[in-house]
Amino acid sequence: MTIFVYDKTFEGLLTAVFDAYSRRSFPDMLLAEGEPLPLFYDEAVTICTDDAKVDRVWKGLQKKLSATALSVITVTWLSELPQVDILLFRYIRKAIDTPRTIELNFGDPDVLEVSKIWRKVTNERLRVIQFLRFQKASDGTFFAAVKPIYNVLPLTLPHLKDRFADQCWLLYDLKRAYGYYYDCRETTEVRFEEQEAHLLSGLLSEELMDADEKLFQQMWKTYFQSIAIKERLNPKLHRQNMPARFWKYMPEKL
Amino acid sequence: MQSEMHGHGMENTWAFSVFCVWKDYAYICPLIPAIIMDGRVLEKLKILAESAKYDVSCASSGTSRKNRNGAIGSAAGWGICHSFAEDGRCISLLKIMLTNYCMFDCAYCINRRSNDIPRATLTVTELVDLTIEFYRRNYIEGLFLSSGVVRNADYTMERLVRVVKDLRTVHRFNGYIHLKSIPGASQELVNEAGLYADRMSVNIEIPNEKSLQLLAPEKDFQSVFQPMRYIQQGVLQSAEERKRFRHAPRFVPAGQSTQMIVGATPDSDKDILRLSSALYQRPTMKRVYYSGFIPVNAYDNRLPALKQPPLVRENRLYQADWLLRFYQFKVDEIVNDAYPDLDLEVDPKLGWALRHPEQFPVDINKADYEMLLRVPGIGVKSAKLIVVSRRYSRLGTEQLKKIGVVMKKACYFITCRELPVRTINEVSPEAVRQILTRKAGRKKVDDRQLILPFQEEP
Repeated sequence: MTIFVYDKTFEGLLTAVFDAYSRRSFPDMLLAEGEPLPLFYDEAVTICTDDAKVDRVWKGLQKKLSATALSVITVTWLSELPQVDILLFRYIRKAIDTPRTIELNFGDPDVLEVSKIWRKVTNERLRVIQFLRFQKASDGTFFAAVKPIYNVLPLTLPHLKDRFADQCWLLYDLKRAYGYYYDCRETTEVRFEEQEAHLLSGLLSEELMDADEKLFQQMWKTYFQSIAIKERLNPKLHRQNMPARFWKYMPEKL
Repeated sequence: MQSEMHGHGMENTWAFSVFCVWKDYAYICPLIPAIIMDGRVLEKLKILAESAKYDVSCASSGTSRKNRNGAIGSAAGWGICHSFAEDGRCISLLKIMLTNYCMFDCAYCINRRSNDIPRATLTVTELVDLTIEFYRRNYIEGLFLSSGVVRNADYTMERLVRVVKDLRTVHRFNGYIHLKSIPGASQELVNEAGLYADRMSVNIEIPNEKSLQLLAPEKDFQSVFQPMRYIQQGVLQSAEERKRFRHAPRFVPAGQSTQMIVGATPDSDKDILRLSSALYQRPTMKRVYYSGFIPVNAYDNRLPALKQPPLVRENRLYQADWLLRFYQFKVDEIVNDAYPDLDLEVDPKLGWALRHPEQFPVDINKADYEMLLRVPGIGVKSAKLIVVSRRYSRLGTEQLKKIGVVMKKACYFITCRELPVRTINEVSPEAVRQILTRKAGRKKVDDRQLILPFQEEP
């Protein structure tokens, strides 16, 4: 069994692809640096991420795959699932080895699996866009906190930038403790050294809120309650459409 | 703020230039950017949402209104559901009425004149502010505005137009706007509204003119179809102009929709679906909604007394509607004189397949896309996946399962790479129907297995 040890970044994965082809040996397992090696193995190769190699692999892939398929690869990577790296490795290898593009061959288990994970990640992106709720702070910034299963914040930015172009906002991932701040021109990635209360709970405290914020939250909650038709209550469908894990940060469900 | 102040005779005082003077219901005043929201607005919001909730339309897609020069909002791409009410319905637009006062007395409507319910009217500024502030917090995709009819159709329509005009021109709002056209409104007002709204709609409510006359004496088909025609004319005209001038304004880019109440009148599914199908033939009709009748005015004995809204029938109608729009079915294949009503037990596509066993089995690896769509258990998504994947290799049951085909249903209607299983022709349609409608019991008892009943210990 051949094992590649790499730094668990997307660039590292592409470097691993390059090294595998130049060594003519392909890994059965990808491990992060510091992860314990299994009991029996033939060879463990350490991969050093190299931008030149990354570039070459990516350019090669651009010739083999459409732009859509390339975005499928990067989006699938953001799922951060434990086995996604070796899956993508196999996918990339198949893409390189076959003369025709493989991206539509859903009879192939790897292609189908990648497209399934891609769908899960894009669904999670959609959920974040659907259910994130901005709270207006007293300084005029709109703050929203989410806890997505997959690392989808970067995927939501184009949509949010387009939609909320004339307001400053901060979108924060509570699980991964980072966020993006938009200053009416561009977004920047932000991390905070001090974890203030709202960065842990996801909700602004009343002294940080804008004067009208509480009222608007209350109005939205009132609206939410009065729009439901009592004769048709359907809690199962409600929960299915709007998973309970988002409720903690939504004023209408608080 | 004196939002409720009626300013007759105050035009000459200084107050006019500083404060807003509210004429009739509302007067747009750009001098004062934000009115003070308070508990009164909260109360109105509650009343008017209660009044608007029976309108089922919630779609916010189909338009291409992009964000322009860094202003607020965009409605390009698919619509997004921002919340789901506890009845499971999507909340994507702020669905609200400008006022729930109404001079009509339609039997099926909660806002009818003779009902004793709390009434309220929002001012234009209040409504615009609510929309913008909700939008900024990502609560909504836009506004769905409708209104009870006060004084006359044009008067009401004009006030609706004022709201959307204010949103688009003063606040440069690029979100989605769905505007109800008031039955009987004049063409000029519809034409103006169409420049600001993304979608407009007029509700048919009752699929049969005679029943409509009985239940809503002030309405007739003419008053419903006339505004529909105005909208359609506007859209076609603007499309023609846009061919010549690229920047000619769009008119109702997301088309129009309508709604029918199901179960309030003795009309059969055939009548309803034939009307829908005829409406879909028109170039701008995008959606027909079906609303299971909820007896909101139980005292009115022109209407049937139902214990439960006909939710299953409503669901079957939507499924049939999907067959019309996405599965290339003709309305007569779904319902006809022999089968005027949809089967409540099985979905309309399965119903069709059971009536037409001669069309099956379908070979997954050879059949046209159109025929794949007709197989129960295969939807649009899996049909497309099948068509692209079978170029690489012949597909088998395992792959079909992974692609997302519901094999439990589909297995009676297809053949694929493996040997054919027992298809509908061998099993007989009645038996397939029985198997597929059987309720999944808790315990499956294998009748080939010998069962030894043991006495339970006391």
